[in-house]
Amino acid sequence: MSKPHPYLPNSVPEIKERMMEEIGISSIDELYSDIPDKLKFRGELDVPGPYSEAELKNEVSGTLEKNWGLRCPPFLGGGVWPHYVPAVVDEIVSRAEFLTSYTPYQPEITQGMLQSIFEYQSLVCELLGMEVSNASVYDWATGLGEAARMASRLTRKTTILFSTLISPNRLSVMKAYTEPAGITTVQVDYDKTTGQLDLEDLKEKMDDKTAAVYIENPSYLGFVEEGVEAIAEVAHDSKALFIVGVDPISLGLLKPPGEYDADIVIGEGQPLGNHMNYGGPLLGLFACRNEPKMIRQMPGRIIGLTETLEGSKRAFAMALQTREQHIRREKATSNICSNQALCALASAVYLSLMGPKGIRELAEVVASRARYAMRRIGELPGVRAPVFNSFHFKEFTVKFRTKSVNEAHLGLLDRSIHGGKSLVKEFPELEETALYCVTEMHTKRDIDRLVSVLGEVLEG
Amino acid sequence: MSLRRYRQADWDEPLIFELGMEGRVGFAVPSLEPELVDAVDDITELVPAGMLRTRPANLPEVSEIQVLRHYIHLSQANYGVNSGLIYPLGSCTMKYNPVINEVLAGHPKITEIHPDQDDASVQGTLEFLYRLNEGFLEVTGMEDASLQPAAGAHGEYLGILLIRAYHAERGELETRREIIIPDSAHGTNPASAVMAGFKTVEVPSIEDGGVDLEALRSVVGPQTAGLMLTNPNTLGIFDSNIHKIADIVHEIGGLMYYDGANLNAVMGKCRPGDMGFDIVHVNLHKTFSTPHGGGGPGAGPVGVKALLADFLPVPTVEESDGVYRLSWDRPKTVGKIHGYHGNVNVMLKAYTYMLTLGGEGLKEASELSVLNSNYIAQKLKDVKGYSLPYGEGKWRMHEAVLSASKMNEETGVRALNISKKLLDYGIHAPTTYFPLIVPEALMIEPTETEPLEALDEFIEAMKMISELAYSDPEEVLKAPTNTTIGRLDEVRASHPKTICLSWGTYCKLPL
Repeated sequence: MSKPHPYLPNSVPEIKERMMEEIGISSIDELYSDIPDKLKFRGELDVPGPYSEAELKNEVSGTLEKNWGLRCPPFLGGGVWPHYVPAVVDEIVSRAEFLTSYTPYQPEITQGMLQSIFEYQSLVCELLGMEVSNASVYDWATGLGEAARMASRLTRKTTILFSTLISPNRLSVMKAYTEPAGITTVQVDYDKTTGQLDLEDLKEKMDDKTAAVYIENPSYLGFVEEGVEAIAEVAHDSKALFIVGVDPISLGLLKPPGEYDADIVIGEGQPLGNHMNYGGPLLGLFACRNEPKMIRQMPGRIIGLTETLEGSKRAFAMALQTREQHIRREKATSNICSNQALCALASAVYLSLMGPKGIRELAEVVASRARYAMRRIGELPGVRAPVFNSFHFKEFTVKFRTKSVNEAHLGLLDRSIHGGKSLVKEFPELEETALYCVTEMHTKRDIDRLVSVLGEVLEG
Repeated sequence: MSLRRYRQADWDEPLIFELGMEGRVGFAVPSLEPELVDAVDDITELVPAGMLRTRPANLPEVSEIQVLRHYIHLSQANYGVNSGLIYPLGSCTMKYNPVINEVLAGHPKITEIHPDQDDASVQGTLEFLYRLNEGFLEVTGMEDASLQPAAGAHGEYLGILLIRAYHAERGELETRREIIIPDSAHGTNPASAVMAGFKTVEVPSIEDGGVDLEALRSVVGPQTAGLMLTNPNTLGIFDSNIHKIADIVHEIGGLMYYDGANLNAVMGKCRPGDMGFDIVHVNLHKTFSTPHGGGGPGAGPVGVKALLADFLPVPTVEESDGVYRLSWDRPKTVGKIHGYHGNVNVMLKAYTYMLTLGGEGLKEASELSVLNSNYIAQKLKDVKGYSLPYGEGKWRMHEAVLSASKMNEETGVRALNISKKLLDYGIHAPTTYFPLIVPEALMIEPTETEPLEALDEFIEAMKMISELAYSDPEEVLKAPTNTTIGRLDEVRASHPKTICLSWGTYCKLPL
């Protein structure tokens, strides 16, 4: 390069030459002599730059500014949700000591991250009503894939039954994780009026190959599954596991899966202090019961409490590493060799800030706002909200009878409001239906504006 | 040069659960407007019987400043590449994580975007993803790519799924059951292959660290699905036979998988696509400077040659006439591998890094990473107790693997002890005991972002440890003493009788 680069301290020609002299070479290319000539890349990579910081900031902000500003957060959910991220969370996760550290393989010098993750595991357990959590996986969807495989390993059975109304994206990821392992996935019907899992159909489909039953609660379409104890019983009667996927915010208000006999609980930790970021990074919650057999089959990293060799001081370390790929190689429970540590840290800070009362209050506020929105939208002519006659938490279905979902969507977007997600392709049997989501970020004014613009669009 | 008397902070910090008092809150939840309260019934009355939470979650009750201080205290008991001294962790490419990348990645026009938003409303995001993808293809020499994998291992899993889909389409999946992996490979390689339903076959390394071609020829056949390789390999040596290896595998109908963990050595010098690889994953959190975050989130995009493009996950970003959109149109796709589009915020940092260096700068970064590692290797290989096994006389690439087996035999000081003693000087340890084929391995990767002074400080520390090992080994064996805590009982952390994985179980332990 023509001048030294700020990220490359030894790019100063004199320094570079001094170093080359010290090791006895006269050109850098000597170091690359093992690369056969015919494989050498000639010329320069066609990558724009180098940009100075000021130029970069202009260029990249300019690109990002092409994303539209909306009048309020989008009314979108389904697995990533617009919740507020407290300033303290962002402050902590941007600390260089956390942000720029590697996996804590040297526990003496990384107690900070180890203790934080232990706290994350503990906080998540309290929220889910479970006893053991891992240090997190990539997201809810991959957590589902891992949970299905874990259930199959534990039961030595090969079928996963799942509620038809789970997220199609998560189903696709589950299949990518289960098919190579010879696990089949079978969907269970739902009650057309309430959306609730059809217990009779579940019983019919259970057999001696069933490794687990999976439901999402609240469901992908936002209603609360009420027959959870009965589902758990049906699963356990056939020695199958019960896997539940959750939106953790809902557990401020709803009974946690640990209290209705779930064996593995997964979910999306994004709303616990992580920004939406167009869907990543996310935070895969993953918890199970405190049974040695289960814990040994759990995928991913787990942090445990221990003590120092001298002085018996409290200390934290990675536990049960013999399940993991860097020790077990081809016999590992999963190939995962990271967690979403920084996102887990964000969630630990978030749950600490919230406390028991905060998380309850938040869940109530969210559910109340959603209820208000659902009722107001449902009062519009030619609209039904929700489609299913069940209790909804923060997401709900809106069915359009006189316009298409897309017409409604474009009408709103014209006025800088982003409506719900179209379910037309995902669930054609629901016809012109969209999935709306309301959180504490949507004020009454935002909701009223949504309703009034939607009214105009439907009349037009 | 004198070594530093480093002292890491130790606040004797309690667990967050041990702080706080009843009634305190750390965050004020926005209240409902009175008119809204009037308009809806009490929500707790509406929750179906039996589904209402009756026992509050046992979370701590702490105020904002307590939470802030607690986690700042914990951060001070941690070590990062931007806050530390030198972080020569082999295979992990702990380079400087540029601050401007963080600033731009915090822009609300990226953080507050929902993944299901209308394409028209997210043109900025789609544009940078598209451009990042283009740069990624250029650097790797591949023809199409998916940005969806959230980590390197995740990319590996996707890569093997692509191999699977390719053979399945040709009706050969039943017979092609084996993935060949060199004995020096990362542990994720065999784990990924097995997870995707294959058997693994190990091939040995020869004296220069390369793949044993004879051994390779003897294991390939109609049962071979593919081969996974990193080049430069985990010894930091470039395998000159790479095109021969690719020919052997391709001739019998197998596919070549490139583990991009070591790409930092060769940007702009040679490309996996040109070496004969069909599939590549790259760790953006290594080569493209995005922070490791204490273990994640990373990102592991996967590039492929055209013959595998049909199988890539959906959606991908397409462009026409300057308009970007997500395309779901890949009928033969393996489906989705992540719930959404992968770790988009991480990708922005990789994109800004790429622009900050440009094509020319990426090449210089690789060259300097190689110069830095050879500088260390040359200065340390003849120091008493250390050696540089395999590949006698060969230059190293971005990393070098020293062995301390002589020191161990002569003084009882092991690679583990050396790494702990380095911590006492404020220097992060290298990767130890990897690759498995080197006894008492110390895998050192300084990266291009370390100034000469830091390299010299590391070299000085390694020399000092050698001196101590031969004069006063106890001094090394008792390390670390300057870190937040000393050596800990790792057996206790996993023993069935003492294992404790959460605060809840801690409360039940007989203490």
